[in-house]
This record gives sequence, C-alpha cells and structure tokens, in this order.
Amino acid sequence: MSPPNNGAALALENITVTFAARSDGAPPYTAVRDTTLVIGRGEFVSVVGPTGCGKSTLLNVAAGLLTPSGGRVLVFGGNLSGLNRCAGYLFQADALLPWLSALDNVALGLVYRGTPRPEAHERAREWLARVGLSGHGHRYPHQLSGGMKKRVALAQTLIMDPQILLMDEPFSALDIQTRQLMENELLDLWSADRKSVIFITHDLEEAISLSDRVVVLSAGPATHPIGEYPIDLPRPRDVAEIRLTPRFVELHRDIWHTMKDEVMKGYVQSQKA
Amino acid sequence: MKPNANNLWLYQILLLVAVFVAWHVLTATEILPPFFFGKPLTVLEKTWEWFASGKIYMHLGITLVETALAFIIGTALGLGIGLWLALSPLWSALLDPYIKAMNSMPRVILAPIFAVWFGLGILSKVALGVTLVFFIVFFNVYQGVKEVSPVVLNNARMLGASSRQLLRTVYLPSATSWVFSSLHTSVGMAFVGAVVGEYLGSAAGVGYLILQAESVFDINTVFAGILVLTAFALALDGLVTFAEKRLLVWRPAQGETEPL
Repeated sequence: MSPPNNGAALALENITVTFAARSDGAPPYTAVRDTTLVIGRGEFVSVVGPTGCGKSTLLNVAAGLLTPSGGRVLVFGGNLSGLNRCAGYLFQADALLPWLSALDNVALGLVYRGTPRPEAHERAREWLARVGLSGHGHRYPHQLSGGMKKRVALAQTLIMDPQILLMDEPFSALDIQTRQLMENELLDLWSADRKSVIFITHDLEEAISLSDRVVVLSAGPATHPIGEYPIDLPRPRDVAEIRLTPRFVELHRDIWHTMKDEVMKGYVQSQKA
Repeated sequence: MKPNANNLWLYQILLLVAVFVAWHVLTATEILPPFFFGKPLTVLEKTWEWFASGKIYMHLGITLVETALAFIIGTALGLGIGLWLALSPLWSALLDPYIKAMNSMPRVILAPIFAVWFGLGILSKVALGVTLVFFIVFFNVYQGVKEVSPVVLNNARMLGASSRQLLRTVYLPSATSWVFSSLHTSVGMAFVGAVVGEYLGSAAGVGYLILQAESVFDINTVFAGILVLTAFALALDGLVTFAEKRLLVWRPAQGETEPL
C-alpha cells in the first residue's frame, strides 16, 4: 500500500514509534503502530481518539520533533529529516515564553528569522489586532487569561505563515464559550488562505464542526487509524450552529459508533495503569 | 493599638530600642560584666565617632568594593559555567564529583591559601567571596536550565530558533530568573566572604577594625563594627529587593492577580 503521496502537503507513511523502556526489565512501549495519515493541500483534518492513545506522539513525528522508529514522513513530497520547517505547531500546554511580553512573543519567530525588530513588532501588532488583542501587547503571559494566551500562541504561530499547521488539542483547556469563539476565529483565519491542518482533539463535536475529514484512532498502546470520515458539511460554518443540523447529528452518530469501543478500551487501560 | 501591617515598623523599632535598653540595664547594674558584653552607649558613641571623624568610610568602602567584586565575578563565573555544564551532559557528568566535592568543602580554609596567592590586599578577600558566590549561582543556573519547560523549548525550536538564539532567548532568561531568586543569598555570601577574609588577615576593612579591637579586648568597638556591618547588610538586601522588582516583572508574584 503505497499511494502516490507526492501531491500531499504531509504524508505519514507506516509510522511506528516505540519508546525504550524507562526501567530495566520493562518491555519497550509502542505508542503508534503502522500508521498512515495523508493530509492534502489546504485540507483540514482532525484526528480523534481516546485519551492517551498517542495522538500527540503522531503530531511530534509530523513536526520533526520526534524521529519515528519506522516509516517515513513526506512534506510536499520531500523526505523529512530534522525539524519540519514548513510547519507551525500550536501546543496543548502553555508554550509562550513567560519572560517576553505578548508582542515580543508574537514577533519571536520573525526575529529568529532575522527580520529587523521594528518591522517584526509592526507585523506582530497587526497579528495581535487580528486575534483581537490590540492594546494587550505589553502584557506578560501570566497577566493574560487562558483564552488570551491561546490567541497570542495562535498569532505567534500564524505570523510565520506556515504551510502546514499542527494543532495539539489547542483549546482543550478553555471553557466552552471561549472555545467556540476561538474555533470560529480559527475557521475564519484558516479560510483566508487555506493552510493544511492536522487538528488533534479528543472532542468529536469539535472535530466534526471544524474539519474536512475526521480520522479516528484506536486506543493505545500501538495506536493506528480505525476509521476515516469525510465531513460534507457546507462552509463557511458556525461551530455553535452547525451542531444543530441533522447531517451533523448523523455524522456524529456514525463516528461515535466506531469510537465508542475504543474509548471504553482506553478507559479500562487507564484504570489498569 | 495592636500591631498591624501599617504600624508594624513602629513596633519593630520599639523592639530594637527595648533590646538596647535591656542590654544597657543589664550591663550598667553589672548583672552582665561590661568587660565581656560591652556598654550599648559606648558602642553607639564609638559608631558615631567613626562616622563623624570619617575614619570608617575608607574601611567600609574597601569592604563594599570587595563585596561588589566578589558578587560580580562570582555571578559571571557561575552563570557562564552553569550554562556550559547544563548544556553539555558529557562535561557535566565528568566534573560532577569535583563540583560536589568543592561545594561541600568549607571554603574558609582556602583563606590562608588565597592570602599567600593574592597577598593581604582586597584580591584575597574577593577570591574568598567568589568561591562562596560561585556555587550558589552555579547550582541555580544549572537548575534553571534543566527546568526549562520542554514545551517552551519545542515551541522556540518550531519557530525557527538556532541554538544560539535558543541560548539567548530561552536558556539565559530562565537561568537569570533562578539567579535572581538566589540573589539575596549570594549578595549576603559575598559580604561574608569579604568580612571573614578581612578578619583572617588584612590591613583595612571593617573586618580588620573588628580584628584590631578584639586583640586589645575592646569589646565595645567589636560591637560597633558588628552594628555597622549589620546595617549595611540590611541596606544591601534592600537594594537586591529593589533590583528584583524592576527586573523580574514578567514573573507572577505569589497570589498576585491582575484583573483586566
């Protein structure tokens, strides 16, 4: 099974990730087994799966932060070695540099790239305005609320204009209202220039309302995809309203049917651990 | 009037006065022999005389210069070597037992060696202070680098940081914040190094004044020296608190909330 993935933005082919045992005598832990995941150009793909199933591991492989034990990663047809320079990564945890103001955080990538500071700040200010934070640039991360921090992180990633966007449960720590607000904003920003997105989440509703395609992963260890569902809901979408349409409910029921058993397995495993 | 946050300073001063009064009464009635315990009025008089005649300034100046030099050199060395070892696992593993050994050795025994190497001037005191300050800063920097959040690190790398940029924008700020949290201790240690160094052999400095007075059993002058040292230690500590507040604005204070 080797589909022609050269046209894809990102192709993970037969990825296996095995971690060495932490203590002597314990068997090595296989987080991901033989997983193939292809993201087309401009496609928004969500990956859902039960907690602890190795979703983040998969994303770290795509980012080049983690070298897989087996398989290969293609970025726009080229073999990936080292960090994925085409990708921006929005982390689940707080990833802002706590000693830099919001403005400096957003400008950071440009400064790394060698953009003169005044120009970097000018563009950072534009991006802060775009995520609704004008006038908050002087604040330090600890002075911002959870939702604001996520906005800054989004601006920090998007200012680099990455062709591929990797998102690891970016909104999972937010309350439901802020979350839907952020999801709509994300869709707005995305529809402007249609980046290729992998969006990791454990929330099926979030996955369906945002994506073009939803991939369901099995429970860990040795995670692999067990289902793929194209989402044919019309765009532009409003994440709060689309949840009420009959087609959404139908899709939700289909995918949940596949997921349910895996979630139970994941739950049982987490009880054992 | 009960002590509260606003008038606390008043009670603190009253406490000090009470101690002095008790000291005075006990020595004036000879319950405590004044030859060993001194007389507070003579101590204050002696202190006043030092400042009025200007005799103390030269000695105090030398002690403070020694403290400042020991602090600056010790911090710079600790920062540099701490960053280097924290980022180079091989060297860190190699030098680990030696660093532990040097840290657990009582540094005061080095004073005679420094006196031989650097003479009785300020250099030998600075050297002693540096050995005290260095390890505090070193261990804090080492810890600071090790405790950098892997997520922040990965984020900076994904944003395209080169290893030099990582050092400047991630490791160094993290390490300096740890250095600052140890600043109170390290400034105090620099001061201790200077005074102990003077006490063990010197020709100037407040420690030297104390040593001289002690050799002729002038207990009042010894207490006056201690008084002056304590006052300046307190002043240095205040200076550190001030610098800390200015330089660590990005760090949340305990329990601080800032509504928008």
